[in-house]
Amino acid sequence: MSIIASPALRVRLRIVLIAGLIFLYAPIVLVVLFSFNGSTSTTVWSGFSLHWYSELFNNSDVLHAARLSVEIAALSATGAMIIGTLVGLILSRFGRFKGRTLLAIMATAPLVMPEIVLAVSLLLLFVGMENLTGWPRHRGVTTIVLAHITYTAAFVTIVVQGRLAGLDRSFEEAAADLGARPIVAFFLVTVPLIAPGIAAGWLLGFSISLDDVVITQFTSGPGSTTLPLLIFSLVRRGVKPDINAIATLFVLAAGILTLGIGLLQRRRSLQQGAD
Amino acid sequence: MSRANPTRRWTDNRHLLTGGVILWYLVFFLVPFLLVVKISLSQMADTIPPYAPIFSWDGAQLAASITFGNFVRLFGDPIFVLAYLGSLKVAAVTTVLCALVGYPLAYAVAAAKPSARPSLLLLITIPFWTSFLVRIYAWIGILKDNGILNDTLLWLGVIDHPLRILNTSLSIYIGMLYCYLPFFLLPLYAVLERMDGTLMEAASDLGSRPFKTFWTVTLPLSMPGVFAGALLVFVPATGEYLIPKLLGGSVNLMIAPVLWDSFFIARDWPIASAATVTLVVLLLLPLAFVERVRARASDVAA
Repeated sequence: MSIIASPALRVRLRIVLIAGLIFLYAPIVLVVLFSFNGSTSTTVWSGFSLHWYSELFNNSDVLHAARLSVEIAALSATGAMIIGTLVGLILSRFGRFKGRTLLAIMATAPLVMPEIVLAVSLLLLFVGMENLTGWPRHRGVTTIVLAHITYTAAFVTIVVQGRLAGLDRSFEEAAADLGARPIVAFFLVTVPLIAPGIAAGWLLGFSISLDDVVITQFTSGPGSTTLPLLIFSLVRRGVKPDINAIATLFVLAAGILTLGIGLLQRRRSLQQGAD
Repeated sequence: MSRANPTRRWTDNRHLLTGGVILWYLVFFLVPFLLVVKISLSQMADTIPPYAPIFSWDGAQLAASITFGNFVRLFGDPIFVLAYLGSLKVAAVTTVLCALVGYPLAYAVAAAKPSARPSLLLLITIPFWTSFLVRIYAWIGILKDNGILNDTLLWLGVIDHPLRILNTSLSIYIGMLYCYLPFFLLPLYAVLERMDGTLMEAASDLGSRPFKTFWTVTLPLSMPGVFAGALLVFVPATGEYLIPKLLGGSVNLMIAPVLWDSFFIARDWPIASAATVTLVVLLLLPLAFVERVRARASDVAA
């Protein structure tokens, strides 16, 4: 049983909710609205227009940055999915072993540390590696992806661990009793059962990578300007309406990703309900 | 044959998997951080990269030169000292604001009909799935001198000349509250949702007024959620870079933008590394404190 509220309190709580939702949605709604504004003003409405979108799709810098961002996000999410899933499995299924605490700390520290600490550390690592071994030659897509994997794997780990914690181990035991070797049981039983968690982790990694400024800035080099880095430099030079259009496309992308994660979570709760 | 001993094979796979993953984190997490510590102890130099090696080898003798000079410079430099204090202040105010706004919201969701709760929670979290950068950018359009907020207030006749909000500490706090709210709200909601309502009923049956019930029963029981939320807000807020940079202009120095400038503009890597190490040490303190509180709480529970 959860907390109770009297009818009078209920009315007040409803007002709190509505005010809260207005605070949360108003900024985003305004950005989307003004991306369709006809004039160059970012605040005065002067009729519906797709002008800023056509400008955006004729801007080769923006298109190049967008393509690069999606490529980096897809590579990072895939790497983070593999590492995060493995860490989740190791921490919740492999029992005690030497180095478990160390792994747990290292794998989840990015969740509680400011991003800039990891960003600085990785910059120094890549510069040091280049001096010692000549690899990675200049910073760019490779170094950004390696950094994003390390950062976002922490989020995948948490999602997969949550999924494994709610999983009935008897499925895995039944597979073992029926003679499946552990590795077979793992791929035929465990992985399909935690698949929604793994997929949600991938989407989470994708959206975090697609949005990142701080780690990307520290690990990128000339010629590897991602969309967030481009927006960041544009915003610092002054707000122009075409940024509203890019921002709206970001909102759209985020909406689709959220819907995806939401559906995966829903499937998870439905499955748990069926168990 | 290995087939005869499947357990053994699995154990080998286990070691391989675990070892591989640990190796990844050693290379991309632990070693990089140790590098930061190392460079924070080395001299600045006009080389690429801009720091002097700690170890030198003259053919017969290995010499190590460590200096704490960077930390001395760091704490003697008012820019860094004020930036640390500013960061701690902004993080503390943000945490309090998140608690003041987040508690009623989390309570409102937790007190809603069970069937409505998942949708309400989704509705509240959707904005936070939107790009962090876009959400900060959105506030620029609202808060600037000829922005929507000023225009509305002028039109309503509340003010007769635009208020200066953007590039002040107020705009930083608004942006911080907006972006960090879910980190407070979600853990608190998780605690409130699981709370035993019969305790509140018992309190009111015994004659406690609603406010007193909240103050003496609900709030103390929800403290684990408040602590978790406060930690999740305070720690990353201290290292926040984008919000002070975009909404604060040049006012209200925080440490992350200063640290960034000393990396990319001043190119003084040793002092920037020292600043990074200091930031981590500073943040380990609240983490250690909360860990102790939690350990004590679970001792009491047991």
